[in-house]
Amino acid sequence: MVMLDYRLNEEEQMIRDLARKISEEKIKPVREELDEKEEFPWDLMKAFAEADLCGLYIPEEYGGMGQKVLNFCLATEEISRVCGGVGVTFAASALGTAPILIFGTDEQKKKYLPDIASGKKLAAFGLTEANAGSDAGGIETTAVKDGDHYIVNGTKQWITNGGEAETYTLVAMTDKKKGSRGASAFIVEKGTPGFTFGKKEKKMGIRCSATRELVFQDCKIHKSQMLGREGMGFIVAMKTLDMTRPGIGAQAVGIAQGALDEALKYARERVQFGKPIVSFQAIQHMLADMATPLEAARALVYSTARLIDSGSKDYTLPASMAKLFASDTAMKVTTDAVQILAGYGYMREYPVEKMMRDAKITQIYEGTNQIQRNQIALNLIKLAAKKK
Amino acid sequence: MNIIVCIKQVPETTEVKINPETNTLIREGVPAVVNPFDENAIEAALKIKEKHGGKVTVITMGPPQAAEALKTAIAMGADDVVLVSDRAFAGSDTWATSYTLAQTIKKLGDYQLILCGKQAIDGDTAQVGPGIAEWLKIPQVTFAVKVEIDGTKVKVERMLEEVNEVVEAPLPAVITVVKQINEPRMPSLRGMMKAKKAEVKTMKAADIGADKKNLGLDGSPTQVVKIFTPPPKGGGEILSGDPAENVAKLIGKIKERKII
Repeated sequence: MVMLDYRLNEEEQMIRDLARKISEEKIKPVREELDEKEEFPWDLMKAFAEADLCGLYIPEEYGGMGQKVLNFCLATEEISRVCGGVGVTFAASALGTAPILIFGTDEQKKKYLPDIASGKKLAAFGLTEANAGSDAGGIETTAVKDGDHYIVNGTKQWITNGGEAETYTLVAMTDKKKGSRGASAFIVEKGTPGFTFGKKEKKMGIRCSATRELVFQDCKIHKSQMLGREGMGFIVAMKTLDMTRPGIGAQAVGIAQGALDEALKYARERVQFGKPIVSFQAIQHMLADMATPLEAARALVYSTARLIDSGSKDYTLPASMAKLFASDTAMKVTTDAVQILAGYGYMREYPVEKMMRDAKITQIYEGTNQIQRNQIALNLIKLAAKKK
Repeated sequence: MNIIVCIKQVPETTEVKINPETNTLIREGVPAVVNPFDENAIEAALKIKEKHGGKVTVITMGPPQAAEALKTAIAMGADDVVLVSDRAFAGSDTWATSYTLAQTIKKLGDYQLILCGKQAIDGDTAQVGPGIAEWLKIPQVTFAVKVEIDGTKVKVERMLEEVNEVVEAPLPAVITVVKQINEPRMPSLRGMMKAKKAEVKTMKAADIGADKKNLGLDGSPTQVVKIFTPPPKGGGEILSGDPAENVAKLIGKIKERKII
C-alpha cells in the first residue's frame, strides 16, 4: 500500500510488481524458517537472478537492466517489506558492486559486472574492521606494493554476504603515513590465495543474511585490481556509500510498510470490549503516526534516488537524510506495530517482532544515524558558508 | 523440437461466482490469469526446449482480452503466441473448442509435441486436451507428472489415483500435465518488457480453414441448460452422551427421515 502517487513509469511499476510477486509467493512462505535457521537465502537469490532483478543497478552495456537507483530502491523496498534479511542480502551485492560502477575501468567493468548483473555471482564490500567503524580512518588492513602486486594483510569485520559472494571490493591502507589519503580500494575474488573467511556472526535481526570476517594473510593482488588510483580508497568508500544510502532507506521503508500492513490487518480483526480495536482512537492515532512519517520517508528516498538518476553529482546531503529518516521511522513503526499486536506481537509466531529486530540494523549500518547527523550538519554548514 | 502449448485465460479464483439469471460466470472485479495447470504446461515446454532446442508456441482461444494471457506466456519465455479469436467461436463447448484449437494447430503445422494443462479451473472438464488429440488423430497421454523426449518417442509418467503409470507414445502426441510436474517460473523483467511490446497475432475462423458447422454454439453438441451453486452442505448433527442411548436416538432419526 503506497499512499502517494509517485507517477512511476511503466518500467518502474513493472519492477515493483514483479518484486512484490516474488516476495509474496517465494519469500513470505520461508522467511520465518530462514530467520530461525539463520540460513542464507540462495534459492531466493536465484529467483531474483531469473527475474533479471540482479542487474537493476548495472548499465545495459555490462549486461544489466540500466543503472537506475530508483529501480533498485523499488525492488529493495518490496523485498524488505516481506523480509529485511533477504532485502539486505539483495542490497549488499549492490554495495559491493558500486565501487566498480563508480571507479572501475571499462576493463574491470567488463570483467566483473556481467556476472553480477546476471545473478551468477554476488558482491560484497569490505570496509569495516574491529577498530574502524564510524572512524574509517582507523583501518589497519594494509596493502604493501611489491612489484606488480600488492600484498594484503588484515581482517575485515561484519561483511554482509561474506563467504557467499564471489566478488569483493576492499579498502586497505597503502600508505599509513598519509592517513585518510593513504587508503586504496581493490577488487578481490573469492579463492585468491591468502584470502579466507573468519567466523560467521550471530545477529539480532536480518538473520538469514551472512555476516562474516574477511581474513587476508599475505594475499597477493595484482595492481590491475585497484579501483581508481592509489590513495583514493576513502573517496571510493564515501562515494559508494552516498550512492547506496537510498537503498538502505528503501530497505527501511519496506520493513516499516510490512509492519504497518500487519498492524492494520490485526487491528481490524482483533476484537476487545466488543469492537475491533481499530475503532479505538488510541489505536487510530498510533496508525496515523506510523503511516505519516513512513510516507514522508518513502518520498525522501524516491526523490533522492531520482536525483541520483538525473545525473546530479551533489547528493550526499539528501542521501544521508533519506537513510537517517527512513531508518529512524522503521524503528518507530515496527516498535509500534509490536505494541498494537501486543502479546501476539511479542510472539515469534507473528511476523512483527522479526520486523522490529530487522529494523534496528538500518539505524546502524552504512554509517550510524549519529554519523548521518554529522554528515547532514556538515553539509548544511558548507552550504551556508557558500552563500556568503 | 517444436512444441505447441494450449492455454486458457480463467478468472483468478477457485470460488467462481455464477450469475443465476444468465447462467454465466461473473467476471467483473475478478482479475484474469493463465489457468494454473496451463502454466505448468508452459514450464514443461520451456524445460524441454532448454534441453532439446526448438521453439515454444503458445496458443489460446478466447476473446480479444485473452491476449493478456499470451503476454504472460511471452514473459515466461515463449517464442511465439497466437490468439484464436472470432465471434463465430462464441458459446463453444469442449467439442467445438478442441476442434477450433486442432484446426489452428494443423494450420500452424510443424509440431512434434502439444502440451495442455490437465483441465481449466473454471470449467474443470479436462476434455479439451484429449479432444485436440482426437481431431488431430494423434496419441494422447493425460495427467503427466514427468515427460521425457527420446528421439521420436515420448516417455510419460502419468499420475493416477492409486499408482503412477509409465507409458510411451510416438511423436507427435498431445500430453496434458498435472501441477506436480514442475513449479512454473516467474516472469522475468526482460520477458515482461518483451511482452509489453509484443504484438499478439490473431487468427480468425477463416484463417484456420474451419468448417463453420463445427464452430461456436451451433457446433456444440452440448448446451449449458443451467449453472447453479449447489446449496452448502449442512453442518450435520453430532450425538453425544451415552453410546447406548445414542444408538437408539440414531435409529429413531434414520427412521424419521424414512431412510430405512
